Amino acid sequence: MQTLIDFITFKDPNVIYVVLGMICINTSSAVIGTFAFLRKRALIGDAIAHALLPGVCLGFILAGDKNIIYLLGGAFLTGWLATFLVDYIVNQTKIKQDAAIGIVLSTLFAFGIVLMSVIQNGDYANEGGLNNFLFGQAAAINKDEVYIFGIILLVILVATYFFYRAFLSISFNYDFAASAGLPVKTIEFVLTSLTVLAIAAGIQALGVVLMSALIITPAAAARFWSNNLRVMLLIAVVFSVFSGVLGAYVSYANAGVPTGPWVVLILSLITIISFVFSTKKGILYRILLANKNKRKIFTENILKSIFQWHEKKQKDIAEPFAAADLLSVRLFSTRELNKGLVKLKQKGLLVADGTKFYLSAEGIVESKRIVRLHRLWEHYLLRRTSMDENHVHAGAEAIEHVLSPEIEKELEKELGILGIPKDDY
Amino acid sequence: MMNDIWILLTASLVAINAALLGCFLLLRKMALVGDAISHAVLPGIVVAYYFSGDKTSLLLLIGATLTGVVASLMIDFLTKKAKIQGDASIGITYTLLFAVGMILISTWLKGNVDIDMDCVLYGEIGLINLDKIIIDGNLYIGPMAFYTELFAFFCIGLTLVLGFKGFKLLAFNEDYARGLGINTTRWHYVLMTLVSLTTVVSFEVVGAVLVVGFLIIPAATAQLISKKLNRMMFLAAIFGIAAVVIGYALAIWLNVNITGAMVSVSGIIFMMVLIIDKFFRKQQVSKSLNPA
Repeated sequence: MQTLIDFITFKDPNVIYVVLGMICINTSSAVIGTFAFLRKRALIGDAIAHALLPGVCLGFILAGDKNIIYLLGGAFLTGWLATFLVDYIVNQTKIKQDAAIGIVLSTLFAFGIVLMSVIQNGDYANEGGLNNFLFGQAAAINKDEVYIFGIILLVILVATYFFYRAFLSISFNYDFAASAGLPVKTIEFVLTSLTVLAIAAGIQALGVVLMSALIITPAAAARFWSNNLRVMLLIAVVFSVFSGVLGAYVSYANAGVPTGPWVVLILSLITIISFVFSTKKGILYRILLANKNKRKIFTENILKSIFQWHEKKQKDIAEPFAAADLLSVRLFSTRELNKGLVKLKQKGLLVADGTKFYLSAEGIVESKRIVRLHRLWEHYLLRRTSMDENHVHAGAEAIEHVLSPEIEKELEKELGILGIPKDDY
Repeated sequence: MMNDIWILLTASLVAINAALLGCFLLLRKMALVGDAISHAVLPGIVVAYYFSGDKTSLLLLIGATLTGVVASLMIDFLTKKAKIQGDASIGITYTLLFAVGMILISTWLKGNVDIDMDCVLYGEIGLINLDKIIIDGNLYIGPMAFYTELFAFFCIGLTLVLGFKGFKLLAFNEDYARGLGINTTRWHYVLMTLVSLTTVVSFEVVGAVLVVGFLIIPAATAQLISKKLNRMMFLAAIFGIAAVVIGYALAIWLNVNITGAMVSVSGIIFMMVLIIDKFFRKQQVSKSLNPA
């Protein structure tokens, strides 16, 4: 508890830098990641992140110390090399993009490991700090680095603000953007440079191995909550910054624990919660919707068979009937049927009279509507397509539940049928 | 000297196992699923190690292999049920599982010498000779890692020989295979299990991160210059072994990280084959254009 209070109140001045640093890093990568995600180039970020290791090591060897400018410069260089190599392999050979990413990623990462062993074997001061680039150590962020991360964030935000429309159009429809006369190559170049920049800033906190999570996961989680790019960007940033600061806290509270894994864990949990509970595309919502549809179809089918039974027996639609009567027109399981009848009663479409039932005024309207839709569609298929009358029933059975009143009117006009057609196929 | 030979033999087996499976991963356009699985076995290895206290136990082998299969199930789930695009599903799955593995290492196995961050990154190929198998009290027949690799080699070899037709159809035309009534899902998960097994047994030799270089690069190099599956598999194994031998020699000579050197060499071989192949192709084209 004490550490939490210390953390929130910035008692330790380093905490301010760590939190500010995480905010800059995570905002940058979430913004850039959203575009990468929409362009379906999420894993290029993975290749870039792994490829930064040799760049960081080269920068370290050249500077002889952990100079952030050299490290970022080296990282930027090899990050660009990685994107170039992936594109080169894809364009020059029959090798697919994912394999090309795997080749470039592992080769450059391996080369980085080689360079790291060179550094460890040589006499360099302060070489221990390099390990932080592998798995991330937010606690190591210092004042100078916060300034640099802030500048990177500023560059990314300004570029996104000015190129918003261009980024949007190449993210959603590259071919359209090209045919509309946008300089797609230049835009791609800008976007790739920003991606490399964002990833290079992030490896300090997340490490090269897990950095791709900061690119992919916030965008994937945000996608569940919005279809609007602006809103999506905002949500991705909020998710990312929240996980970043929380992860930094865990790492702060337990000295020596790397930050990267915790940030990724928290981000992934947010994503899992998003895809289960999202009100737009969540798995739970979709299951509920499917069940609701299933129930609607079932009760409509009962209403339809009530009509058909009365028609068959040449009785008036308002006359009472027994539940078992319906089984002679349509196959229901008795348990399901009883449940459905109770549902209809609750809706006020059906009235119970002892062991029998009869339709209420609303129920009569509703059952007539469905039978009418069914038969209208059958007639439409018969007259307007070359379907045989043995086959029109199945199509109508499916579509009767979704036909809107507007389409009903259209059909009526098209076929010239008023009321309920007599023939049933 | 004897130690070097055992290291080379063990690493060559890693290369052969990975290259053979890599060919199928590549042809099925699932190169990065292999990458994801190799990262994702980490939590399985840590949990199994925590309970068995042994790096070579059967429990570890089975437990960790299952984690790899779970990873591929999770990718399929995210793609099909949560409708997240394929590449993002892979990224989310492997970063999550790898993060869990690293959290477990930093909490459960704090200060442990057998499994630490370095081992995760590039294995301990230089140290495999410490875990020797000695029979009859004094007859030394090689390091443990060699025999686990040999075991994996037999598993892979047997499955490939028995199921070659199924794998081949799956690799080249999945829809056609399904049309013939072949259970493609089953073959898919057999392949995923083998990939998972390979990364698990290779963990202590080359680590969890760099093993993807052994899986993909030699197979991709072979794919550049061969049109037949058998030839591709054979060449992939050769390229893998070449990278192991040259990489090891370079690493000893320059005193650098062994696994890193092997995968770097593998990447260089790939680029060289690509450039040479392109050069010859260009000559062939110009010859056919100007026959004189």
